[in-house]
Amino acid sequence: MHVPDGFIDAPVSAATGLVAAGAIAVSLRGARRELDERTAPLAGLVAAFIFAVQMLNFPVAAGTSGHLLGGALAAILVGPCTGVLCVSVVLLMQGILFADGGLTALGVNITDMAITTTVVAYAVFRGLVKILPRTRRSITAASFTAALLSVPAAALVFTLLYALGGTTDVSIGKVATAMIGVHVLIGVGEAAITALTVGAVIAVRPDLVYGARGLEQRLKLRVNGELVDATPELEPVRASHRKVWITGLVASLLLAGFVSFYASSNPDGLEKVAADQGIDRAAKEHASADSPLADYGVRDVEDARLSGGLAGVIGVGVTVVAGTGVFWAVRRRRSTSQAA
Amino acid sequence: MGAGHAHRLYRHGHSRVHALPPHTKLAAVFAFVVVVVSTPREAMWAFGLYAVLLACVAHAARVPAGFLLRRLLIEVPFVAFAVLMPFVAEGEQVTFLGLELSVNGLWGAWNVLAKGTLGVAASVLLAATTELRELLLGLQRLKLPPLLVQIASFMIRYGDVITDEMRRMRIARESRGFEARGVRHWGVLSKSAGALFIRSYERGERVHLAMVSRGYAGSMPVIDEVTADRAQWSYALALPCAALVVCLLGWTL
Amino acid sequence: MDAVTDSPSLDVSGLAFAYPDGHQALFGVDFTVARGERVALLGPNGAGKTTLVLHLNGILTGGAGTVTVAGLPVGKRHMAEIRRRVGIVFQDPDDQLFMPTVREDVAFGPAAAGMKGAELEQRVRTALELVGMADFADRPPHHLSFGQRRRVAVATVLAMEPEILVLDEPSSNLDPASRRELADILRSLDVTVLMVTHDLPYALELCPRSLILSEGVIAADGATGELLSDDVLMRAHRLELPFGFDPRSVTMGA
Repeated sequence: MHVPDGFIDAPVSAATGLVAAGAIAVSLRGARRELDERTAPLAGLVAAFIFAVQMLNFPVAAGTSGHLLGGALAAILVGPCTGVLCVSVVLLMQGILFADGGLTALGVNITDMAITTTVVAYAVFRGLVKILPRTRRSITAASFTAALLSVPAAALVFTLLYALGGTTDVSIGKVATAMIGVHVLIGVGEAAITALTVGAVIAVRPDLVYGARGLEQRLKLRVNGELVDATPELEPVRASHRKVWITGLVASLLLAGFVSFYASSNPDGLEKVAADQGIDRAAKEHASADSPLADYGVRDVEDARLSGGLAGVIGVGVTVVAGTGVFWAVRRRRSTSQAA
Repeated sequence: MGAGHAHRLYRHGHSRVHALPPHTKLAAVFAFVVVVVSTPREAMWAFGLYAVLLACVAHAARVPAGFLLRRLLIEVPFVAFAVLMPFVAEGEQVTFLGLELSVNGLWGAWNVLAKGTLGVAASVLLAATTELRELLLGLQRLKLPPLLVQIASFMIRYGDVITDEMRRMRIARESRGFEARGVRHWGVLSKSAGALFIRSYERGERVHLAMVSRGYAGSMPVIDEVTADRAQWSYALALPCAALVVCLLGWTL
Repeated sequence: MDAVTDSPSLDVSGLAFAYPDGHQALFGVDFTVARGERVALLGPNGAGKTTLVLHLNGILTGGAGTVTVAGLPVGKRHMAEIRRRVGIVFQDPDDQLFMPTVREDVAFGPAAAGMKGAELEQRVRTALELVGMADFADRPPHHLSFGQRRRVAVATVLAMEPEILVLDEPSSNLDPASRRELADILRSLDVTVLMVTHDLPYALELCPRSLILSEGVIAADGATGELLSDDVLMRAHRLELPFGFDPRSVTMGA
């Protein structure tokens, strides 16, 4: 989902740049509350971790692959503000070092992948933690759901930004179906990894999970052979919880509404195509892997003219993620055919 | 943990480009990319000139063309995207070699390809001539908030730790005949992710404690002042200035 | 600051601590180290030694009890000053040395405290000379031998001119020659030393006084030679002398 230079036009890039700068300024203030001395390197680790997992493309379906966004993980482990900072740093360093995502598109990328994912994930997470019983298992379950929803949300924001300032006129419907369709799938992967990571960390070092800070038991200290209650240093801030909870609920409702709206407004867009032609096409694509472009292109044009509902599959093929996936699939096929 | 001061993207050298203070290079790259992006896509020759400019920088930095081109492969997903664009975009269509292509999509593909490639090439050159630690110092000098620089520097330190641990865990997995192949293997991969996280954290935590014990309070102390004089600034900014001229010509012609 | 000059270098009283996961490490630790003393803190693995060390400069806080360094209570208010006064040399020098060259590593602490220029250079040189590593200033730390790295680690702390030097297992992984060199260096320093170790002969060689930390409390406090000769005490706290080593036969050079 990394947007390169020149993909989104200048006004939208600049505007998202401002949004990103503003969000980072707010987060910098908030992060001071979330981070203490001992968790500061955790922010760095989360960033490094996200950097690493964003490079790992994992197989989704039909030869496509996607990468994790990591916003949910960051928000839950180090808190939403620090989470925004972590993912932003990852995007900045990817832009500078690996040229992954354009420098002028940094605002777009941060708005989309750092701010959206983190905020949505944390809102959902907090909301669920409020509702569910206060156990470690609930934290893991809440992480799963938060991550699951955060990815399509990012895809949605990407689509909106594209609608506002895309430099090519691929129809919004196609982009939306493709992006959100693929990212619902990626969301499942993201959810699994986030939940398992959070689960693993919470089992071994619960003190490292920001989202579970309210979960610690009262400590008892034995002083001079007698058990006494430890006096907690500082009470967690209670004031903002209600607000966070309400925001979380509203956001998740909105999101759920939107996602289901998409699912029901295009009942044949994704499903029918996937059933009728998708699998068929995918199979052919694999069979003609040696010269994928000629075959593939002509067929696509025909399909596109035949039916508007084809947007789904073509779009899926067009997304960045799909690009990687096809490349991957072709390469893998080659290596296996050579081996055989 | 002694490593982490050089990275694979970095190419050791002693050219004038290598010797430039990092913040001047960062500023130059950023300005260059901004200029490139704001060039009208119809001015094809301008992008050619930009490429020539970058080639000059690569020459001055003694970065071989092969290295640069290999690094450009990072772009492949976007190339795939751009190649498909003429087929899916709407509007006026042209027929070329029997294919129906969208004019707008062609322009779009060209736009993304040209600007994206130039941006990638500029970043690759920056990374090839600047050490990581210098980059961080440069960002610090460009007044990036200290907390962000801190997160970035921890990230880089942990980057080594994680790749190291990841490699070990992969070797352990593969030596037991496991290869990630699809949905069924997500479980294994995700479980590794959790373990990886804890292992990396505990290895890095000790370093941090040692730093905190010596008075580290969030920003790296400046031991050797990095300052750029006028000559260095003007040398670094020669690239974006030349690009700006090209861009202005692109708009007027 | 004049008022504090006659207070002990380190005073720990009623220190108790449990980790957030519920594991309790300290159950009320009390002891005092006078200025200029060299004291060994002995204890088996898991006795809470490292936890105690992390309290001395306020990395861990939040339990019960107090720690005072030269009259200054350890707490959020004086954290920077406390960190300067308490120099901790961690067990693994690779954790402690993280800068690209020895010089920059030694300069890290003073520079973090705001020192720069010629004064900083002078401080670095002095610290490196104290540990005999002045010739290695521009080498990367990971190219040095383990013993050299530990000496540099000591220098990084000495450069901050601490009130008290705390060493966590200083002799671990050292060959006999490096071990002796380090002992010579430590003896030559004019600072208060708290040495956390389970290397009993090393404690006897360097520290006239010892504390035994066991199950999160100070179980014994006395002259090192006497403690090591008390078989019952030693066995009760899982401390064992190396085969053939008799503390009564050693003449103390301290």
